[in-house]
Amino acid sequence: MSVTASHLRNFSAAPVCHDIQINGQLVGLHDSGVLWWPDESTLVVSDLHMEKGSSFARRGIMLPPYDTGATLEKLAGIMDAFDPARVICLGDSFHDPDGSDRLPAHYRAMLSTLQLGREWIWVTGNHDPVAPVRLCGETVDEVDFGPLCFRHEPVEKIGSTDAEGEICGHLHPAARVRRFGRSIRRPCFVTDGTRLVLPAFGALTGGLNVTHEAYSMIFRRRQFSVFMLGNDRLYPFTASRLVGD
Amino acid sequence: MDAALLPPRFQNWFASRGWAPRPHQLQLIDHLENGHSTLLIAPTGAGKTLAGFLPSLVELEQRGKARPGAAGGGIHTLYISPLKALAVDIARNLEAPVTEMDLPVRLETRTGDTPSHKRQRQKVNPPDILLTTPEQIALLLSDPASTRLFASLKTVILDELHALVTSKRGDLLALGLARLRRLAPGLRTIGLSATVARPDDLRAYLVEQPDPDGRALSHIVEVTGGAQPDISILESEERVPWSGHSSRYAIPDVYRQIKHHNVSLLFVNTRSQAEMVFQELWRINDDTLPIALHHGSLDVGQRRKVEAAMAAGSLRAVVATSSLDMGIDWGDIDLVINIGAPKGASRLAQRIGRANHRMDEPSKAVLVPSNRFEVLECQAALAASRRGDQDTPPLRKGALDVLAQHVLGLACADPLDLNAVYEEIRSSETYRTLDWETFERIVDFVATGGYALKSYEQYAKLRKGKDGLWRIAHPKIAQQYRLNVGTIVEAPMLKVRLVRAKADGRRTPVGRGGRVLGEIEEYFIEQMAPGDTFLFGGEVVRFEGLRENEAYVSRTQSDNPMIPSYMGGKFPLSTYLAEGVRSMLATPSSWTALPDQVRDWLEIQRDKSVLPARDGLLVETFPRADKHYMVCYPFEGRLAHQTLGMLLTKRLERLGARPMGFVANDYALSVWGLGDLSELFSSGRISLDALFEQDILGDDLDAWLAESSLMKRTFRNCAIIAGLIERRHPGQEKTGRQVTVSSDLIYDVLRAHEPDHILLKATWKDAAEGLLDISRLGELLARIRGRITHSGLPHVSPLAVPILLEIGKEPVYGEAMDSILAAAAEDLVLEAMK
Repeated sequence: MSVTASHLRNFSAAPVCHDIQINGQLVGLHDSGVLWWPDESTLVVSDLHMEKGSSFARRGIMLPPYDTGATLEKLAGIMDAFDPARVICLGDSFHDPDGSDRLPAHYRAMLSTLQLGREWIWVTGNHDPVAPVRLCGETVDEVDFGPLCFRHEPVEKIGSTDAEGEICGHLHPAARVRRFGRSIRRPCFVTDGTRLVLPAFGALTGGLNVTHEAYSMIFRRRQFSVFMLGNDRLYPFTASRLVGD
Repeated sequence: MDAALLPPRFQNWFASRGWAPRPHQLQLIDHLENGHSTLLIAPTGAGKTLAGFLPSLVELEQRGKARPGAAGGGIHTLYISPLKALAVDIARNLEAPVTEMDLPVRLETRTGDTPSHKRQRQKVNPPDILLTTPEQIALLLSDPASTRLFASLKTVILDELHALVTSKRGDLLALGLARLRRLAPGLRTIGLSATVARPDDLRAYLVEQPDPDGRALSHIVEVTGGAQPDISILESEERVPWSGHSSRYAIPDVYRQIKHHNVSLLFVNTRSQAEMVFQELWRINDDTLPIALHHGSLDVGQRRKVEAAMAAGSLRAVVATSSLDMGIDWGDIDLVINIGAPKGASRLAQRIGRANHRMDEPSKAVLVPSNRFEVLECQAALAASRRGDQDTPPLRKGALDVLAQHVLGLACADPLDLNAVYEEIRSSETYRTLDWETFERIVDFVATGGYALKSYEQYAKLRKGKDGLWRIAHPKIAQQYRLNVGTIVEAPMLKVRLVRAKADGRRTPVGRGGRVLGEIEEYFIEQMAPGDTFLFGGEVVRFEGLRENEAYVSRTQSDNPMIPSYMGGKFPLSTYLAEGVRSMLATPSSWTALPDQVRDWLEIQRDKSVLPARDGLLVETFPRADKHYMVCYPFEGRLAHQTLGMLLTKRLERLGARPMGFVANDYALSVWGLGDLSELFSSGRISLDALFEQDILGDDLDAWLAESSLMKRTFRNCAIIAGLIERRHPGQEKTGRQVTVSSDLIYDVLRAHEPDHILLKATWKDAAEGLLDISRLGELLARIRGRITHSGLPHVSPLAVPILLEIGKEPVYGEAMDSILAAAAEDLVLEAMK
């Protein structure tokens, strides 16, 4: 099922999303790794980790300085397609607290352009616990809209009311499946219908396999599904089909 | 040459042991006395090591005891070996003459295992002779104390030089030597080597190259002779298998050989082969002969035990991989059994040299081919051995990632004058042709990552001062360098821990505890699912799951491991042996030397199809079941065949032949698909000449490589050696997976945004020379131009049987793509609809 045009403010072709319900709300998962909430015209993106390259360079590890550019270009494409009224960056938007200060001028301009005419919410993360400097947007530790709650780190309790409608990031989920004697590993969304973990969006962000014990704090064993990011669609799997790294 | 060259103390010592100094030992003293660097080529058992040290011992005897702290009290002689165990072993052996002659010589070892207080002391109060490894040399040279430490260095001895120069460690050492020559003008080098194909390469490696266009050579002393080894090919009553690498058919014969000899050394090509042979031998070991197993993945403690038992003479046989190829003296081995393909003539000669360390007695060896093609290969190796032919590879061109590491090391020791450093680097044979632009890019890479986007200037590791010299920006950078020095990048390894089996059907967590059996490559475990069984440490174990950096396994009753773990040897068939095999195939008169069943096989091939010509390429096509097969026989080694297979599949797909997969081994390559290949070729709709056109190495190759996991693995190694990403150190693994940046991601970002980056260039070069074997593939395509013979057959030919049997045993190649995801997702649908 695709997102209908009426959900979009302009009338260009609607990006195809995989629709699911979280805590009773219809939301769309997109193969770029973003969440689209049509009723609220809200786009959610997690773990951008901008300026990760320069963060490492400060310590003498000269990673390619192209990560922020690559991340922003990809984000710009998404913005163009969805044209959301509200954007929620789900934490770890910058790789370290000084990241927003280091942001090169042309990227700052690019980001500011993306923010024009939209409500922009920076949720704080463990990498960026403070508000970004010289950028628009409201900074919050977590935020509720209707039945959904947006925070960076999932609450480590299963079945508590805190977990109901929780949309989070932090874990950089990735999954692996095997077929034809080969295996393939991709970033993914993880959900049990109550809460949803978004994959990391940033260009230099790795993934943590969903079979890792960290996930056992938030999902009952094998009682969740993943949506792996493919080249132009998502691939759903139940937990029992997945293998570890 | 006269023994009078030796001081009386030495003459007496030789006499007291009933020995006489050998001519090559005296020659070496003479050359060194005259200031000449020298290459000594000698077979095992010729007293090579003592020869290497004698010139230094004589000089030190004449110098007399050095007063501590006296001027010129630095290191006199460096001995560098590829193995730290070898350095320690040699030091022990050298103690004997030093003590017996009461020489005023202090000798010490320095390896990664040397405690730091001792290393510190060595810098303040260095020994006369230091025995060490290439990595330690790099570390010492990055120390500001190196100038003082090496100012009075006179001699460098390079042991097992033939082995050292074939890897990036050899590049690192070449750069180290260039620096040592600058610190100690007049330095002499001694190279100790087994017989090689091109001694001049090693002679050039040993000396300073004054001129980029010509090459200077060291002196050479060659010890010829030594008894001809007594080599035979195992004659078995059993049927030689068509394919496979297990040699299971020959195990009873091998066991009989072990019984009839005192101590046998069994060489195999891979870890899994070692496991299999060991298991099979014990299965029939009714006399409970002490037979042990030794390979690089076993726990270190386990390996040391085997080595000690071997040295003590309490073993009858050891099954070993190349982990035992080199150096260390294992006492009285009277038989070497080489199981499987020899892969190269020189490689085999070195293995055989491990038997019988006395030069005048013949080494005895038995070759055990594990399939029919290997019979041909063994035969070719045997002929090469009789002629004394060698097929060691030509000298490497220096790698750029190693250069980057070295430049940073030099900067840690002293401010850099780039012009001087450039000249110094080019004075080594390995980097003689390095151009200034590449060198500058490397310096730029070390300083700021070498990116076109100059955004890291403020974080630069190297900065140019007002005096024009380059310095490290912070002392921390030197610390970082020291943690990351070296060129050996281990494949990510997982510990294998034995746990109690999980009861089926119950969801109890796997029990912790249990002992560690050893280590295994991460990529091997990656293809496994819990419940799969495989051979490890001599037993069949069941994979239970992965916890952090440990693979949990349990014991199982099963005899047959489910996962065929043979992934091909690391070394492809040498060009030289390949030629031997091709020429044997093309010359039926030479078949008399072959076992009957192998001869029959070739004769039927001649009758039913065609024999591959020596310089051409035979391409057979035939239908089988509902598919069409193409088999060709380039004999250029597995790596080149894999590359060719990948490229042919892509090309055939574009031409509408609907290929589905391919499999490659050292001798042949088979591609299969849905299109009628016989018809497509014979009708001329697909021209074979066009299919094998050399331009296949152009765009097709680039397109495939871009996505290839093989390139990503190569990139990871380059990035670690060049210092772009840090090594994982023991203890860091716990956090490692989440915190370190994946090299795959860096590769993707770099390729998308700066495809001309120097590190991508280095990666491409490494892959082309190593895993892809591009140059060999290029030579093949040139050789067969206009000489391709097509044989369209109604069914499979005798020669094609081996490669077809490997389908399903060897991995079928292809890249992990979305199609896998789609197929896995479809499975799910089918399951749901049942």
